[in-house]
Amino acid sequence: MNWVWFHRFGSPPYFYRFAGRWAPWFLGIAVALLLVGLYGGLAVAPVDYYQSDAFRIIYVHVPAAYLSLMTYTWMAIAAAVGLIWRIKIAHAVAAACAPAGASFTAVSLATGMIWGMPTWGTWWAWDPRLISQLFVLFFFLGYIALRGAIEDRDRADRASAVLAIVGVINVPIVHYSVEWWNSLHQAPTLLRSDGPTMPMSMAWPLLVMIGAYTFYFLAIMLMRARAEVVRRERGGAWLREILAAPEASP
Amino acid sequence: MNAARATALQAAVAVFRRDLLLAFRRPGEWLQALAFFVLVTVLFPLALEPEPSVLRLVAPAALWVTLLLASLLALDFLFREDARDGTLEQFVLSGQPFTALLLAKVATHWLITGLPVVLVGPLAAMSLGAPSASTPGLMLALLLGSVSLSLIGSIGAGLTLGVRRGGALLSLLVLPLVMPVLVFGARASAQAMAGEEATGALYLLAAMGVLALTLAPLAAAAAVRISME
Amino acid sequence: MSEFLAMNGYAAYVWSAFAIAMGGLALNVWLARRQLRLARAEARRKLALGEST
Repeated sequence: MNWVWFHRFGSPPYFYRFAGRWAPWFLGIAVALLLVGLYGGLAVAPVDYYQSDAFRIIYVHVPAAYLSLMTYTWMAIAAAVGLIWRIKIAHAVAAACAPAGASFTAVSLATGMIWGMPTWGTWWAWDPRLISQLFVLFFFLGYIALRGAIEDRDRADRASAVLAIVGVINVPIVHYSVEWWNSLHQAPTLLRSDGPTMPMSMAWPLLVMIGAYTFYFLAIMLMRARAEVVRRERGGAWLREILAAPEASP
Repeated sequence: MNAARATALQAAVAVFRRDLLLAFRRPGEWLQALAFFVLVTVLFPLALEPEPSVLRLVAPAALWVTLLLASLLALDFLFREDARDGTLEQFVLSGQPFTALLLAKVATHWLITGLPVVLVGPLAAMSLGAPSASTPGLMLALLLGSVSLSLIGSIGAGLTLGVRRGGALLSLLVLPLVMPVLVFGARASAQAMAGEEATGALYLLAAMGVLALTLAPLAAAAAVRISME
Repeated sequence: MSEFLAMNGYAAYVWSAFAIAMGGLALNVWLARRQLRLARAEARRKLALGEST
């Protein structure tokens, strides 16, 4: 297996340019998919039998929740790569994931709470998924807090990497342990072993939205990682070149 | 003094004995955690109605929340003194497997902070209306849970070593990690108090304890090493 | 059209949820761009002063 392409990412200028090239594309794809998904979810999908139009919140809630978990996993993998192979860029990527992950988790909690009001009659319920999402939020906040509390950047990188790895082991444990409690939350309707129970006319916008959010996450992660790379650079010549050239967005 | 290098086990035992001795010379630290536990347990009936049925409902939760808070309080001094006077550094440099020495430290720590709670806990529960028949189940649950708490907590203690006023950060980091222990511990306690079979929850507590015993020292050792640089 | 906006009576919930979600997306993009702008400005300043980061 040719690992050269992998190690090329370890070079800050290469990563900076790569991220600069691809982030706008990913963002563009995300926006396109978003528009399709929003249109499909809001206008095209049929009304639900039980929840009427309130069920449409699924089209923003589920992608956000899925994305928060994906961000955390990605962050943990990047942290592990940085810790084990001592690749600085990996630490920058991990740091870049945290704020975005925290906001996705917050959005999923907020939209979940709003959805809960018409369907369960309450903003909040001590339900497995809500609680585990809350704890994912705590993990992100703890990660960000730990990074901020340690002054030396290398130490902060490695300490928060340990935290991310320990946390990712714990997230499934938290999720399954809390499932012991009675759940108001819906049982999984999409990723079930016997196929989705949701009719395709309702499911396709959801898949599109998940796709949109995935590309969006990649774009944001690349954008923030670029900023991290610049911040961490210790006077390499490539930096002067980059700064001299006018910055195209994003 | 024997010229041959001590084995890892001998080194761990030496650390264990040293820590135990030091702890008895500084009763303030571990007594504080125990006193906190007793205090909070007494506060619950005062804050709620001293109505027996209410207390009995609340008892498992009160017990475990109190255990958790007391553990967090005690975790603060797990590494603090040794880090300050350089002993911890010596442990890392000693050439002995640091994980073993760490495990010895956590063991002493549990012995002086967790074990008293295991012993006092059922008494506290009974004061809140638990039947005396629930004592064995409660003690077992508290035993398994407190061991996990000490082990998992040591990771947080290692990560926040050397962070100024790391106490609050420590709590923020440790709480999400120990949440499963809280869930199953409270469940097992509630079942014990209701006279039901608590085996399911106890097995899960035991499983988590084993997981913590195998993985936590590695993570804690890595965390302490990182903090020491 | 008004029927669409009314969402069968659930308008407040649906539109507020979507607003929060879209707002979150926009916020992250804005923050990410801002981070890059700030990092570049900081790097420029430091290079001008002859310091290393």
